[in-house]
Amino acid sequence: MERVAIIGTSMTQFGNRSAWIRELLAEAGHSCLASAGVDPNALDHLYVSNMAAGEFEGQTGVSNALAHDLGALPAYTERVDQTSASGGAGIYAAWRSIASGASDMTLLVGGEKMTHRSTSEATDVIASLTHPVEYKHGLTLPSFAGLTARRYLDRYEAPRESLASVAAKNHRNGVDNPKAQFQKAVSKETILESPIVADPLRLYDFCPITDGSAALLFCPESVAREYTDEYVVVAGVDGATDTHVVHERPDPTWMGAVAESARGAFDMSGYGPDDVDVAELHDMFTILELLQLEALGFADRGTAWQLAEEGYTARDGGELPVNTSGGLKSKGHPLGASGVAQAVEVYEQLLGDAGPRQVSADVGLCCNVGGFGNCVTTSILEVGA
Amino acid sequence: MTESDPADDTPSMEAVRYDDGTITYPGHPVGPDGGDPIESIDLSEYTAEVLTWTTSTAPPPGVREPNTLAIVEFTVDGESVRAIGQVDGDVSIGQTVQPVYVDELRDPEPSIRARDSQDWDGYRFEPVSE
Repeated sequence: MERVAIIGTSMTQFGNRSAWIRELLAEAGHSCLASAGVDPNALDHLYVSNMAAGEFEGQTGVSNALAHDLGALPAYTERVDQTSASGGAGIYAAWRSIASGASDMTLLVGGEKMTHRSTSEATDVIASLTHPVEYKHGLTLPSFAGLTARRYLDRYEAPRESLASVAAKNHRNGVDNPKAQFQKAVSKETILESPIVADPLRLYDFCPITDGSAALLFCPESVAREYTDEYVVVAGVDGATDTHVVHERPDPTWMGAVAESARGAFDMSGYGPDDVDVAELHDMFTILELLQLEALGFADRGTAWQLAEEGYTARDGGELPVNTSGGLKSKGHPLGASGVAQAVEVYEQLLGDAGPRQVSADVGLCCNVGGFGNCVTTSILEVGA
Repeated sequence: MTESDPADDTPSMEAVRYDDGTITYPGHPVGPDGGDPIESIDLSEYTAEVLTWTTSTAPPPGVREPNTLAIVEFTVDGESVRAIGQVDGDVSIGQTVQPVYVDELRDPEPSIRARDSQDWDGYRFEPVSE
């Protein structure tokens, strides 16, 4: 089977944008095609990763709209919704379209428009993924994070400060990302004194509400060589699902779908955790970065809290730099865009285009989490040759 | 099947036991290990232990503020079964709590979910005084 290459990327400014979903998607889509010098007519498939444009904005049919706006007719289109993991699920869908031979050129655009809604309304749209027994009690994704963080800190006797270290690191990385929503360093003291949102977690343990879009262009490796000498290859990709009802998982601090998807992606790639040079993890909440480090095999259970404290995951001099982009924490989390933007960062790291954020990397990993670990995709990218 | 007092029309806190002995709350068409559901169990007749808790200060529309929530663990005939829900009163890890019926846990009107798609009553957890 021919390998699947990524030959173009783009990411819009993340933050409070006046553009609506169609404009955000078109902005990223146009710029991704332009980055690779590929004509919209060359697209066979066009995927849009988006959780809730209907609920947020009253705009459905976004993939059809984007094909028209890009001039990509009659390309086959499909919207991919896997809640917060829609972007990673889009990578998996785009990879399948090329690997199966169904498409020779697939554009993936992820995006969400959220900031016109109040925090309360946006929280409710996201919480609508929960089971009725959770929803009626007012469970939200932040409250799952608070429940899990308390359990983790108590069980492993981890200091509260270790979560602040994750937030401080990712905010520091975001200073050098001109497309991030927040480009400001935040001290651990500020984080630990910020308002409580879901005890023991505070404001700076959570990602913001964000508008934005990002895109990736996929084709077979043989086609990639017609366009460029510099491209990235999807070495491994897999997805997995955990229980809909979060409290039914045997261990509340273990992300089973992260572990399952990672196993599949590592098996496909032939790589293991020790081979990964840089990782973009789904730090929608600080605790999630720790749980992913453990479930992905980068740390033993109950020990990942030490990694940020020790600088292991730092961009400068760390053994495994994590969230060099600033993560969802500082970059922002436009739901459908986030998983796509993770791969945009890894692509830039692998090709040496990350500017002041650059680390030394030949193999990178992205982990995109939907719900509270309900649905997860892991992808492993490497430099094409 | 657990018998309830015929004079008491309070809805049960219904968990389901599967043919392999596992129990879940809520019940599902298939158990965690593939078992078929065989009977319902009313958890409101049991006490539970708090595994973890949080207080949410930024709840969505129709939800009380602040909203303290806990994941609790019941033990039914030696089998553990977990539940999640709102808490009234002070709470800590390891605390024993009992389910108390509430006829509306959340006002469905301002929420995004269709009112008739689910029920809105249920059980809150209250500390058991020892």
